[in-house]
Amino acid sequence: MEALADFCNLYFFPGIAVGCIYALGAVGISLIFAILRFAHFAHGDVMTLGAYLAYSLVATLGWSVYVALALAVLGGALASVLIDQMAYKPFRRSPGIIVVIASFGVMLVVRSLIQLFWGVDVLNYETGIRMPVPLIGDFRMAQKHIIIIVVSIVIAASLHWFLSRSRMGKAMRAMSDDADLARISGIDTERVVRWTWLIGGGLAAAAGVFAGINSKLHPSVGWDLLLPLFAAAILGGIGKPYGAIVGGLAIGVAQEVATYPWIGDLPLVPPAYKNAVAFFVMVCMLIWRPTGIFRGRVL
Amino acid sequence: MDMQLFGLIMYAISLATMFGIYGVLCLGLNLQWGFAGLFNAGIAGFFAVGAYATAILTSPESPNYLGGFGWPPLLALPIAMLLSGLIAWPVGRICLGLKGDYLAMATIGISEIIRLILKNEDWLANGTMGISTVPRPFESLGQPWGNVAFLGFVLLVMAILYLAAERAWISPWGRAMRAIRDNELAAAAIGKDVVRFRLEAFVIGSMVMGLGGALSAMYFKFIGSSATEPLLTTFLVWVMLIIGGSGNNRGAMVGAGLVWLIWSGTELLTNRLPAEWITRSSYMRALLIGILLIVVLQRFAKGVLPEKPPRRIDG
Repeated sequence: MEALADFCNLYFFPGIAVGCIYALGAVGISLIFAILRFAHFAHGDVMTLGAYLAYSLVATLGWSVYVALALAVLGGALASVLIDQMAYKPFRRSPGIIVVIASFGVMLVVRSLIQLFWGVDVLNYETGIRMPVPLIGDFRMAQKHIIIIVVSIVIAASLHWFLSRSRMGKAMRAMSDDADLARISGIDTERVVRWTWLIGGGLAAAAGVFAGINSKLHPSVGWDLLLPLFAAAILGGIGKPYGAIVGGLAIGVAQEVATYPWIGDLPLVPPAYKNAVAFFVMVCMLIWRPTGIFRGRVL
Repeated sequence: MDMQLFGLIMYAISLATMFGIYGVLCLGLNLQWGFAGLFNAGIAGFFAVGAYATAILTSPESPNYLGGFGWPPLLALPIAMLLSGLIAWPVGRICLGLKGDYLAMATIGISEIIRLILKNEDWLANGTMGISTVPRPFESLGQPWGNVAFLGFVLLVMAILYLAAERAWISPWGRAMRAIRDNELAAAAIGKDVVRFRLEAFVIGSMVMGLGGALSAMYFKFIGSSATEPLLTTFLVWVMLIIGGSGNNRGAMVGAGLVWLIWSGTELLTNRLPAEWITRSSYMRALLIGILLIVVLQRFAKGVLPEKPPRRIDG
């Protein structure tokens, strides 16, 4: 029992928290891939931007980071629409891979702006150590993990409501299933594209803030997560927002649990190689089931 | 000789050597993107494999990492290329049947993991300290003649690659490659093995990138995790090829020269900035390169020397 509690406290629960971060980021990558037909390489840097926006509110106005989160989400959403209008819109009719190169440029621009404005030092939202919160028996969870998971559930529920009930959400799912069919049935595709960036960018900003809370804040906090995000989007199935959430959670838990000493006393996978777990999952999916578990699209 | 003039000449030699190394990398990327339309987002990884292989094979023996084996530098070059190709092959096998974006995701993944391994495994490559005893060919000739000779060697490698790439461009192999790039279905319909052709372009291109890494390790006499940053490898090389003109071997080299001039020229400018700005100047250069890439893609997507349409046979 104690071993199980240790396993959950140290590996499984943190894995779920990390999985929530991946899920929030991967939903945007999956939707953008399906609707705009390109892999958005600057997504990690949009996450970083959101994290730093929240940091500014925390540092200058003394807000709690969880309050700043709301404005950071708004900032990330608006910044994404702006980036799309300035950088990606001229490429709507170009082959998708050209936009990927453009997203390389966006990645450089966003990251160097962050480095210019906020510097390159490692920052923290709050200092000091907090005791984990006892749950049942020996089970304990860090406060930040509880908050990350609860807020992520709220965000996922709102996303579900938006995608299943609102007209725009339905249009978005229609376009991600089949863009041409959506267009000839009279859906205003440019509006759907704007909403895709609002949703994807907002969720990315939330993921970035959570990533900053979970560890530390630095200019490559989002870039470091890009690989697990892609893995999560592919695992869930491109164009399937719910798949991306499941994929994100699966990759997050797999990465943390893989560092458990399954054989002998040493971690099975050294913590420095967590990202290799995500890469391994991604490669396996590409070989055996590129459509992902939720039967998404292979473009 | 006048000290200032000597410094200027040495600076020109270093500029030209870097141009040659980036020219090699651009020719390699042009094989993948210009010929076959393959998006390689992990140039840094293949560069690192070539560079570290050279460093381990040629440096004198050390207790801190694998080897060094003290090989003659020229012998290490083919091994560096071979290793890069060996890593590219399975990646290509898995991804080349899918849309280009999947190759981009997989290459960025493999490249980050290669860099992770080289950074974390101290026994292999001395971890973050890197290897700083890589011999450079001709260095026994002293300054400046050793540098001139090495510059000549780099330019010779680039020239050979250029001639080979030009020959490949007009060969049936190059024509099939462009046909696949421009219309995969039509090329498959006339019996071209699409995945195999792509795999060839991808592996050969990655081998050339490994060669570029090897030359770079020799030139700097050092390789460490800072030298394989994607900014200086993956991104810069992409910007060079796009600006120079993808699908044009000469364009690839012109792009390497132009962008490297801009990159090092801005360094001269930013060094005159007030002290508090100098530390941030490298971010301003990255910003500039990013904006340049987006603007060129939007406005002048064909680059300085655009791809030439094939000559008509009926004249």
